[in-house]
Amino acid sequence: MQPAELSAVDIVAAVRQGDLSAVQCAETFLSRIEAGNGSINAFLNVDREGAVACAAKIDARRRAGQPIGPLAGLPVAVKDVLCTANLPTTCASKMLEHFQPPYDADTVSRLRQADAIIVGKTNMDEFAMGGSNENSAFGPVRNPWDLSRAPGGSSGGSAACVAADMAPVAIGSDTGGSIRQPAGLCGITGLKPTYGRVSRRGLIAFASSLDQIGPMARSAADCALVLETIAGHDPGDSTSLVASVPRYTELLEQPLTGVRIGRVPDHFAEGLDPEVAKGVEEAFAVLKAAGATVLDIRMPHAKYGVPTYYLIAPCEASSNLARYDGAHYGRRCEETAARKGSRASNGAIAYDSPLVEMYCRSRGEGFGPEVKRRIMLGTYALSAGYYDAYYAKAMKVRRLIRQDYLDAFEHVDLIGGPVSATPAFKLGEKTGDPLAMYLVDLYTVAANLAGIGGISFPCGFTKSGLPIGFQLQAPALGEPLLLRASDRFQRLTDWHLRRPKKSVR
Amino acid sequence: MNAANAPTAAPYTTIVGLEVHLQLQTRTKLFCGCSTAFGAPPNTQVCPVCLGLPGSLPVMNRAAFELAMKAALALDCTIASFTKWDRKNYFYPDLPKGYQISQFDLPFSSSGSLEVVDPKGTFAPRTVRIVRVHLEEDAGKSMHDDTAGRADSRIDLNRAGTPLCEIVTEPDLRSPQEARAWLNELKLLLEYLGVSDCNMQEGSLRVDANVNLHIPEASGRIAKTPIVEIKNMNSFRSVERALIYEVARQWEEWQQTRAELGTMPKQTRGWDDPAGVTRAQRHKEESSDYRYFPEPDLVPVTVSPQQLAAVRASMESPPKQLRQSLQSQWNISAYDADVLVNQGRDLVAYFETLAAQVGGGKVASNWMQQDVLRMLKERGGAIADFPVQPAGLADLIARVTAGTFDTSRAREIFAEMVANGRSAADVVGAMEIAAVGEDELRDLCRELLARNPKIVADVQGGKEQAVAGLIGQARKQNANVNPGEFRTMCLEMIRTMGR
Amino acid sequence: MTLSRQDVAKVGMLAKLALSDAELDTMTSELSKIVGFVSLLDELDTTSVEPLAHPLDTQNVFRDDVPAPSLSTAEALQSAPRHDGQYFLVPAVLGESGAA
Repeated sequence: MQPAELSAVDIVAAVRQGDLSAVQCAETFLSRIEAGNGSINAFLNVDREGAVACAAKIDARRRAGQPIGPLAGLPVAVKDVLCTANLPTTCASKMLEHFQPPYDADTVSRLRQADAIIVGKTNMDEFAMGGSNENSAFGPVRNPWDLSRAPGGSSGGSAACVAADMAPVAIGSDTGGSIRQPAGLCGITGLKPTYGRVSRRGLIAFASSLDQIGPMARSAADCALVLETIAGHDPGDSTSLVASVPRYTELLEQPLTGVRIGRVPDHFAEGLDPEVAKGVEEAFAVLKAAGATVLDIRMPHAKYGVPTYYLIAPCEASSNLARYDGAHYGRRCEETAARKGSRASNGAIAYDSPLVEMYCRSRGEGFGPEVKRRIMLGTYALSAGYYDAYYAKAMKVRRLIRQDYLDAFEHVDLIGGPVSATPAFKLGEKTGDPLAMYLVDLYTVAANLAGIGGISFPCGFTKSGLPIGFQLQAPALGEPLLLRASDRFQRLTDWHLRRPKKSVR
Repeated sequence: MNAANAPTAAPYTTIVGLEVHLQLQTRTKLFCGCSTAFGAPPNTQVCPVCLGLPGSLPVMNRAAFELAMKAALALDCTIASFTKWDRKNYFYPDLPKGYQISQFDLPFSSSGSLEVVDPKGTFAPRTVRIVRVHLEEDAGKSMHDDTAGRADSRIDLNRAGTPLCEIVTEPDLRSPQEARAWLNELKLLLEYLGVSDCNMQEGSLRVDANVNLHIPEASGRIAKTPIVEIKNMNSFRSVERALIYEVARQWEEWQQTRAELGTMPKQTRGWDDPAGVTRAQRHKEESSDYRYFPEPDLVPVTVSPQQLAAVRASMESPPKQLRQSLQSQWNISAYDADVLVNQGRDLVAYFETLAAQVGGGKVASNWMQQDVLRMLKERGGAIADFPVQPAGLADLIARVTAGTFDTSRAREIFAEMVANGRSAADVVGAMEIAAVGEDELRDLCRELLARNPKIVADVQGGKEQAVAGLIGQARKQNANVNPGEFRTMCLEMIRTMGR
Repeated sequence: MTLSRQDVAKVGMLAKLALSDAELDTMTSELSKIVGFVSLLDELDTTSVEPLAHPLDTQNVFRDDVPAPSLSTAEALQSAPRHDGQYFLVPAVLGESGAA
């Protein structure tokens, strides 16, 4: 049996039945990581020892007839934005290069409780800010379908490691599309659940009212399996939903007959790559063939999504990232300079104490350019005299965007469309133009603003062999239908089973 | 001119508003389960949440919210049906998240008041309006070695995240004395409600004062001096002293500069207690741009009328109400009621038990004011640790009422009871105190009358008070002699002799 | 909408970010562009729209006042850039402390 080609559902079943040992499974994926990570750079930290030890324990327990958890033996890669008590957690930032959290994120605890095997921490855009993974302080991730291209971001490492069979599933986080967009560009399936469905405790915050953790895997069925474990109320997160967790894997069977899927004609306006447009339209056709009805709908405020997002997210981020000041943890600048207390200055403004100089220098050195840009933007937009024009305005438009969804879901059960306007772009293609990079979030930010769930999965390939992603969005807590529709699509197509040829196998 | 007691009218009116930070008496911090106990070794009461570690999230302590509501209700505030929290962003090493979770535009309560009355009448009763009361987290503690200048600052985050109520008053106080008295009343109120221990030494109550002067000019216009915020006052006495100093300083400055409110940014001055002066603190322009925005890690809180009623029902009566009820129920003076209430709830409970047992408020109050309080003061410590319980004192008072011995003798006994924790009966027995029998008393009278013909003659001559000379002699012979009884008996005998 | 270099320098101080001269230049032009872009929102009349700060309608989430274990001092200080085994150490503050 070749574990690297098994689905997560199959791996868990095989381990449970004793057809596959957890150690053998872990070793297979660890070897693939060791072979492939050099070229792809999907992992920042691989825990071979911990993973094998954990797998051995599971095997021993199974052999002894003791109970094993629902994900027993399943290797999972975790985005390095989630705190792990046994592994450094860096957020792909020099600021946290040596940071060791004293606790596990809720998601990590749940995975461990379920006997999943955490194989390592994946690369990402620094503090999850970016759409290409080029903002990692530890080098970009490469797209396994074409190593000269970006995997998308910010969960680029998580998407790439699944696409390259270095892990059957990975955990990502999505603030404006950071699960769905890289999943789309890497040809895998990625689910951003409803806001609050998965606890944010231990997720290093980017924008607290938008952040959500979710599974990334080859198929919707595998995402369903992982979501069953990581979803659920956490009394340690005030914004975690109290709703019970359905058995997602058992809700996949029902056909799509009668399900109404909205199609937004504006999505197909100028700017959408024709090959992507074609793939997306074909996906609608498949869903129709599966019994769904497709209805055209309007989302009148869609075009305001990106500007709204690029006010709200930076404002929250400017505050969330204030804690990285070199005082209690994280990077501190070389102190001798600061301690001399010279009349050093920052843009012609003199530092008025060695402490302030330490703050500014530590943050100036520790953060990369995109993080600084967003901190600056958010600080500016919240500052005296600008709050109403920017932050308050954005909160109002946020309500209009959410209202668009509420209105639309009066008529349809799901909304479908592209994930990204283009397939994976070249590394370096957009790095000189922050605004161009912001527009890669065009189709994904609105779900975060509204707090609803969305999923993306492959619906075809370009002539040059790059995956094309399809996105579905559902009303709050509509994960069962999102997963069911995606699973139905994947029963009728095989795009999700394709594997990159050249990269690492 | 404002203060009724001002010896000579000042040429200005003093305007004072206060900002009080109050630590709520919870077991754990506002957003995490770390202890709030004072005095633990540094950085031992910290966790990912109050250290502001990446990924940590706050969850609101229900008890803190309820205590804050009690405080606001006691201050007659309106409780908002909807409230939320905001982030106040600034960098300081005792603030590990880089922001303080506080309340900005929708505090949970507003528009209250608290009156302070001075029973001695040194100032007229003053009602101070409360602008708002809100709930926020405290910062940690940073220690600086000022003399070393460039030495490291040391940070202890044990206090970070402790629940605080911020109480902001309107500038309704008109003198430093009033400010101090009002703070005493506030402290008493909050202690009665069990909201806070109000211990200023341990930092559970902190006060900043805003002060300026209103100066009437010949034209009838009122000139206002710039408002100064005074910080670093660590007792109510220092609040009063700092205000006295600052009022004088502002008056002097006004005479020199004529600088008025609005011509310069608000100044902050720190109180230097040993030196007895306020000193200007540096003001940074950007430090006041706090970039408040709604805290996305917490959800709003709503309060229904039912919940409000439940909190109200659970509240003990406040001092003001208690003063009135003591007066009406036990028939004691306003002054006496004030003295008792100002000592705190435990002492009032002691008094009420005592009054019930001796069957009278007046006698109980006299014993409280003249004896119990005096002894408490001499001994130090709280009424809870007082060695004589109300029942014991009631027993003693009952013996006085029965005429076993007089009040001055009872005081000696009481002192012994307190000193050695003994019962009245015990002390009476040990001191061989027993009522003197009628026969014994008659023999003593006879003997002393025989020995003092001059006194007998005086009394017969109409000078009844001359009998006092016999009482002293009688007590010398037998300490247990009840002076009243003895006097009556002597007079009776002299009358009989005269027939 | 354009921001001046001086505006950006002030924001840099507020955000406590040291910016080199070159960074200040790029930041000034990039922020101006981004601010111009987000100003697209100005074309919407939102006078009668209530702000939406958070996607959840949840309210009244509390925990009970029950102590939970704290970290050890060693754990608390484990990632500190400088400490003395008891306290976090930072360069001289020269200012005033406390919650304001």
